[in-house]
Amino acid sequence: MSTGGRGFQFQEPLLFEISREGRQGFSLPSSTKPRREPPEALRRLNDPRLPELSEPDVVRHFTRLSQWNFSIDTNFYPLGSCTMKHNPRVNEEVARYTGFAHVHPYQPDETVQGCLALMHALERYLAEISGMDAVTLQPAAGAHGELTGILLIRAFQTATGNPRRKILIPDSAHGTNPATASMVGYEAVPVKTGREGRTLASVIAQEMNEDVAGLMITNPNTLGLYETEIRDICDIVHSKGGLVYGDGANMNALLSKARPGDAGIDVLHINLHKTFTTPHGGGGPGAGPVAVKKTLEPYLPVPRVVQKENGFAVEHNRPQSVGRVKSFFGNFGMLVRAYTYIREMGPEGLKRVTELAVLNANYVRARLKDSYHLPFETGQMHEVVFSDKFQKENGVTTIDVAKRLMDYGFAPPTIYFPLVVFGAIMIEPTETESKETLDRFCDAMIAIAEEAKKDPELLRKAPYQTKLRRLDEAKAARELKLRFDFTNKR
Amino acid sequence: MRYLPHTDQEIREMLKTIGVADVNGLFSSVPDSLVFKRPLDIPPALSEIHLRNHLRDLSRRNAHGEEWSLFLGGGCYSHYIPSSVSYLISRGEFLTAYTPYQPEVSQGTLQAIFEYQTMMAEILGLEVANASQYDGSTASAEAIRLAVAVKKRRKALVARSLHPEYRQVILTYLKNEGVSVEEIPFTPEGALDRPALKKALDRETACVVAGYPNFFGVVEDLSDVAEAAHAAGALLITSTPEPLALGIFRSPGEMGADIAVAEGQSFGNAMSFGGPGLGVFACRKEYVRSMPGRLVGETVDAEGQRGFVLTLATREQHIRREKATSNICTNVALCALAATITLALWGKQGFKELARMNFDRSQDLKERLAALPGLRIAFSGTTFNEFVVLPRQKPTDVVAKLVDDKILAGIPLWRWYPELAEGFLVCATEMNTDEQIDRFVAALRRLP
Ligand SMILES: Cc1ncc(COP(=O)(O)O)c(C=O)c1O
Repeated sequence: MSTGGRGFQFQEPLLFEISREGRQGFSLPSSTKPRREPPEALRRLNDPRLPELSEPDVVRHFTRLSQWNFSIDTNFYPLGSCTMKHNPRVNEEVARYTGFAHVHPYQPDETVQGCLALMHALERYLAEISGMDAVTLQPAAGAHGELTGILLIRAFQTATGNPRRKILIPDSAHGTNPATASMVGYEAVPVKTGREGRTLASVIAQEMNEDVAGLMITNPNTLGLYETEIRDICDIVHSKGGLVYGDGANMNALLSKARPGDAGIDVLHINLHKTFTTPHGGGGPGAGPVAVKKTLEPYLPVPRVVQKENGFAVEHNRPQSVGRVKSFFGNFGMLVRAYTYIREMGPEGLKRVTELAVLNANYVRARLKDSYHLPFETGQMHEVVFSDKFQKENGVTTIDVAKRLMDYGFAPPTIYFPLVVFGAIMIEPTETESKETLDRFCDAMIAIAEEAKKDPELLRKAPYQTKLRRLDEAKAARELKLRFDFTNKR
Repeated sequence: MRYLPHTDQEIREMLKTIGVADVNGLFSSVPDSLVFKRPLDIPPALSEIHLRNHLRDLSRRNAHGEEWSLFLGGGCYSHYIPSSVSYLISRGEFLTAYTPYQPEVSQGTLQAIFEYQTMMAEILGLEVANASQYDGSTASAEAIRLAVAVKKRRKALVARSLHPEYRQVILTYLKNEGVSVEEIPFTPEGALDRPALKKALDRETACVVAGYPNFFGVVEDLSDVAEAAHAAGALLITSTPEPLALGIFRSPGEMGADIAVAEGQSFGNAMSFGGPGLGVFACRKEYVRSMPGRLVGETVDAEGQRGFVLTLATREQHIRREKATSNICTNVALCALAATITLALWGKQGFKELARMNFDRSQDLKERLAALPGLRIAFSGTTFNEFVVLPRQKPTDVVAKLVDDKILAGIPLWRWYPELAEGFLVCATEMNTDEQIDRFVAALRRLP
C-alpha cells in the first residue's frame, strides 16, 4: 500500500507496511564503554519486528493519523457524563516543566518539596470543593478511585466487626460501579430508579439492612438529575450502619453550588480528567482522587503526604491503611494540570463554570425538546438525556442519529447509556461551548429529526462524510485480528 | 474568564429560551438546605502570567534530572525522549480526543493502538496485547486475577524479588477475592529460589509471578520456572519494570510465560514523579476473552475498506457490569501512543542498540563500584541497568551526603527488605554521561 491518496484525502498504511530495512529515526549517543556480552543462555532469540523508519516517516505517519481523529480541539464533543471541555494549554506547558517532568519518585523528600507542596495543596482544594475532610491522590482513574473507595468502606466495616456482603447501586449507574463492587468481593444489588428518574429514599429504606455495606450513588445521576432525596438516603444508609459512596464523575454540575460531603456522602471519587481539565488523550491517562470524611481517613492508601515543621514529608507508616492501589504517587502529571486549572479559576471562576455548564445543558434541552423525546420532565443539571421514541416511528434509532450527526461535523453524544432509558441520547455540552456552537448543534439535531421523517434510509446508512463508512464491529469480534499479520507483508 | 465564552447578552437570551428568570433558577432541584452558600476557601484566581510564575517556582523546588546526576531506577527510569514524541502527542487531535467509541471519527487513535498492540506482543513474545492498564503494578494484579479466573484456583506464588510496590498493589487488589498470595524468596544470586518454589507449587496454585528483570535488576532464565508451573497446572506471569531489557534479553514468551506484564514508562514517557506510567499487558490468545481492559481489532467498513474498532467489549464493565473481567475504563492511551511513536523512532535496530548501551554502561559502573574498597555488589546474577550495592556506611547516609554534590545516588532498600537494610539500588542509563559516572564513582570513593 502506498502513502498516496486523492487530492488531500490520504491513505495511511500501518507502520509495519511502510517500514524499510535499514532505516532508523533515532540517534544514539556514542559510547566509550567497553562492549559486554550478556550470557548466551539469556540472549533474545528473535528480535521484535519493530518497524524501520526515518524521523520524517514517523512524524508524517502520526500527524496523518491524528487528522482522522475527532477531538475537543477541533469541534464540539457533546459526550454525556464524559465532560469533554476545553483543555487549557497552560496546563500542558507547566506539566512539562523540567522540575516536574524529570523528577524521580524515589528522590529524598527534601529534593521534591515542590511536588509534595503541590500535592498537599491539591488535596486541600479537592477536600474543600467536595465538602470532605481528607483526600488521596493515588488512584489513576475514576474506576480506580471507586475501587479505592469501596476498599475503604470494606476496611471500615471489617474494623467494626463485619465486612457485610452487599453494595446497593441504582440501575442508572455507570458500569464501573457494579464491576468495582464485585472486585472488592461484594454482591452488587441493583436498585430501581424512580419514575421521575431519581433514586427514592423509600426504595432505599426497603433495600437497606445490616447485610449492606454501603450504597454507591452518582449525583447528579447519569440522567443529569440532582438526587433531591440525597440527604434522606444518606441518613437511611447510615442508620443501618452503611456508608455512602458518591460517584463524583459529574462534579462539573456542583462546583461551589453544592458539596457531596454536606449531603452526607462519606467517600467520593473525582475524575480530574473531566471536571478539572486534564485531557482525555484518546482514553487516558486520567486521575481519580478519592475524598473521605474523617472516619475513613485512617484507611486511606499509603503513602500520605504530610506537612512537618521543616517541610513536607512522605509518610508510609499507617497501620490501618487499605494498602497501596498504584505504584509511586498516582498520576502526578495529571495532578499538576488539575492544580493549575483550580489556581487559574479561583472560587468565583469555578462557580461560574458550573452555572454555565448547567445553563448550556438546559438550553440544549429547551431547543431540542420538541424534536426528541424527553423521558423526564424535571429540572436538568449539566447534561440532558433524550430517547429515540419519536424517531422509532420511522424506523430510525439512536445509532442512526449518532452516525448522521458526524456528517454535520459533530461528535455523536453518548448513546444507549444510561441503560434505564431505551435508546438514550445523552448530551453534555459543558461550559466552554458558546451559544453559537450550541445553536449550530441544535440546528443539526433538528435537521436530522426532519430527515428521519422524510428519508429514514439516509440515516440508516450514515455517515457519508467520514474517512470510513460504518464499520463492521461484528466481523471484528468474530474474526479477531488484534495485531499486524507479518506473514502477509510483501 | 478566558475559558468561558458567554456574553451577558447571550446568557439573557438563553435564560429566556429556557424560561427561567436567572441562573439560580437553574438549580431549583437542589434542596435549599444543601445549597452551598459561602465562597469556596481556595486561593483567588491567578492570571496566566502569575500562574506560570507560580508553577515555575514550585517546579524549581524540586531537584531534577536535567541539572542533577540521577542514578535512580526501581521501576521508573530516565531515558531520552525524542523531541518528536512530545510534539506529536501534544497534537490536539490526539491529546483532546475521547476514548474511541465511535470508530468512524477515531481512526487515528484506533490505528495507533493497533500498532501499539502489535509492538507490545512482539516485544513480550506473546500473541496478544491489550490497549493498556494504568501501570506495571495494577497490570501485575490484573494478571493474577486473569490467572485465577481461567485456572479456577485460589493461590498465587509471588517472587519476593518482584517490585515491592507491585507486591503491595497485588495484596490490595486480591485480598477480598479470596486469593492467597505466598512469597517465594530469592537466592544469593538474586534469583528466584527454585527449591522453595517447587515446594510451594501445588494443585491450588493458579500462577507464579516473577520479576523479569526483577526489582534488583537481575535477569534470569525462567524457562525451568515455566516448566515447573505448567507441570503443576499453573501459569507463569512475568512482570517487567524495565522492558528496555527485552531489546537484548530473552522475551517472556520465549521462556514460556503465559502472561507478561510490564511498566512501559521507559518507552517515551517522562518520569513525572512516577506517574502516569504505562501498564503493558500481553498473554496467550486462548485467554483473550478473559483479558482485562480494552482491545482494538481490525475490520472493514461498509465499502470494504480496512478500519479499526474497539472489540470484545462484552468483557468490559460498560456492558458486562458486575460480571466484567475488570472495572478498568479510562486507561493510559496517550502514554501508549508515546510508546508507539518512540518505538517507531528507535526501530528494530535502535531498540536493540539502546538496550545494549544501557547494559554496557551499567556493567561498567557496577565493575568500577565493585572495585572500591569496602563496597560490595549484593547479587552475583546478571543485571540489566540497575543493581544492588552494599556500601560501608548506612545507605540513607550515603544518599544524603551525595545530595550535596547534586547526585541522587540510589534507592535505600530498608523499607521493603530488612534483610537488605545495608543495600541500595543504583541505576545507570544512556542519560548518565561519562562525566556523571566518573563523579559518582569518585564521590563514593571519598566517603569515609
Ligand atoms: C458516572 C461515571 N462513573 C465512573 C466513571 C469511570 O471513570 P474512569 O473512566 O476514569 O475510570 C465514569 C467515566 O467513564 C463515569 O461517567
